[in-house]
Amino acid sequence: MIGEGLQSTNQRKHSYVRDHVEVGFFTDPTVCIGCKACEVACKEWNQVPDDGFTWSGNSYDNTGHLGASTWRHVMFLEQDRPKGNQVAGPMSLDQDPFRWVFLSDVCKHCEEAGCLEACPTGSIVRTEVGSVLVQNDVCNGCGYCVVSCPFGVIDRRPEPLHDAGGAFKCTFCYDRQKSGLVPACAKVCPTESIVFGRLDDLRARGAKRVEQLQQSGYKDAQLYDPTETSVRGIHAFFLILGEPEAYGLPPKPQIPTIYLKSAWISAFATAIASIIATLAGFAFFS
Amino acid sequence: MTNGPQAEQRLEQLREEAWKKGVVPGKGVDVAGGPIPRKPGYYGQPVVKPPVWTWEIPLYFFFGGMAGMSGVIASGAIIFHQVDLARAAMWVAAVGGAVLSPILLIMDLGRPHLFLNMLRVFKHRSAMSMGAWILSAFGACAVPGLIALELHAHQIFPGTLDQLLRVAAGLLIFGSAIFGTLLATYTGVLIGATAIPAWFLHRTLLPIHFGTAGLGSAAAVLELLGHRIPALNFIGFYAAGVETALLVWLSVDKHGAADRAIHDHGSGWLIRIGEVLNGPLALVLRFFAFIPFAAISFLLGALVSRIGWIAVGKVSGADPESVFAAEHY
Repeated sequence: MIGEGLQSTNQRKHSYVRDHVEVGFFTDPTVCIGCKACEVACKEWNQVPDDGFTWSGNSYDNTGHLGASTWRHVMFLEQDRPKGNQVAGPMSLDQDPFRWVFLSDVCKHCEEAGCLEACPTGSIVRTEVGSVLVQNDVCNGCGYCVVSCPFGVIDRRPEPLHDAGGAFKCTFCYDRQKSGLVPACAKVCPTESIVFGRLDDLRARGAKRVEQLQQSGYKDAQLYDPTETSVRGIHAFFLILGEPEAYGLPPKPQIPTIYLKSAWISAFATAIASIIATLAGFAFFS
Repeated sequence: MTNGPQAEQRLEQLREEAWKKGVVPGKGVDVAGGPIPRKPGYYGQPVVKPPVWTWEIPLYFFFGGMAGMSGVIASGAIIFHQVDLARAAMWVAAVGGAVLSPILLIMDLGRPHLFLNMLRVFKHRSAMSMGAWILSAFGACAVPGLIALELHAHQIFPGTLDQLLRVAAGLLIFGSAIFGTLLATYTGVLIGATAIPAWFLHRTLLPIHFGTAGLGSAAAVLELLGHRIPALNFIGFYAAGVETALLVWLSVDKHGAADRAIHDHGSGWLIRIGEVLNGPLALVLRFFAFIPFAAISFLLGALVSRIGWIAVGKVSGADPESVFAAEHY
């Protein structure tokens, strides 16, 4: 399953855009080696500006989080828990367990996308392959998608970077996909921790991988794909060890449009009350 | 530091502390969370993105709310034949809603020259899109409404044309009232329907606060412009009363860690100070008939609480634990 080399869907040409096939990413941290080739490939292909060379001081992560200029982000998560049946070296005298997890984070391309619903210019669209795309030349940088993403992915690019002012996030390499090519990050991933392919295939593959891992001792392996919430599933889903919170992933992400109804009811009630109060003021006190 | 048992002991101490707490406060680098995060979340990184909006947005909420509700007051004044008050209110509506608000909104855009793209689509599920259309419709009513009203008031044209202007002014002023109430209240929906916990947990309160603060601001500014009439005084009492109730509501409606930006953090004080200024203080000042002071207090409160709500959103969005805590509601 892992390591199909040149036979894998990561290396084959495809016609998903022409055929309107839903595609996705399946990212598996158990085979990630933390090389950051995906981050580099993403920046190079998409010509994303650098966003500073600073150490966070936490772990070996110097990218921090996804943003306008970071579309792939390799997490370096350290936990005092065993990694499957692996025996780790001593961290302290009482030999607490220890594991190091690498996970390449990316835009989730939600089934119900908060950014897409919020965008007032129609700059953010759904593509033929089911991904969520920001049309850079249309975006006027209002910043409403930034607060509407339940995963904190999209952000406005600050001055003085190239193309500043607009909102940016992973494009799912839509330009490459239109030419039948695989997204840059999946193409370069040496261990196929990032797999690109048909969404239905990937979901089956993810379920199988979880089963395989659990049988070999990774008791806390699970898929992160919130299909039960108002986001209704994500097209770039993950296998995770342990709880989603540790990866900065919300356990129950919600699309903010579910809050619209109660907020608008409150707004209309206030509007009517204000009109009545004003008319009452003039009617009874003048 | 020199070699010796004391120095070694200090290093042992630091190691113990780092292992137990995950944080070593003191001189040098403050390693928050590393190597093993002791708090929920990924090394304190935000889960959702805090808003990128700057000072223009709270100012827009302030002027937009004031202008929108001025349209309502202008309508009331027209119905009850107070043409001078209606003229003043329409000036506030036109200047605030058709000049200041668009300027502030365009200034806040990342790419101001593309502002017209706001009217590229109509999306009822995007409060930002609805806001752009509401503001445009309001401007399209308030400016010609003001012009028609002024032409009619000065009797520029004779006979039938003047009668036509009178009807047009009336219709446009009523239009300003309808779109004005939406302009003053939609801003609460705008920030209430987001992924920021401190905002979406108070999505019912926000439109009430923004709309009522707008109505009170409109009355207050008209009073300061010299229209000291009982009707505006009544509106001032109503707005300050509602804001007092909201102050109580906000202090009771707590959601633990999920909205701690409001209750524990410094930025929450901006909201409370604002609510005291436009709630109880404005109410008491008005009760003792210090009307100009009540008006100024209300205006200040309306502005400060808007600044506070944006500040709270920035704090809440950057706080991963508040997002995890909000999942339970």
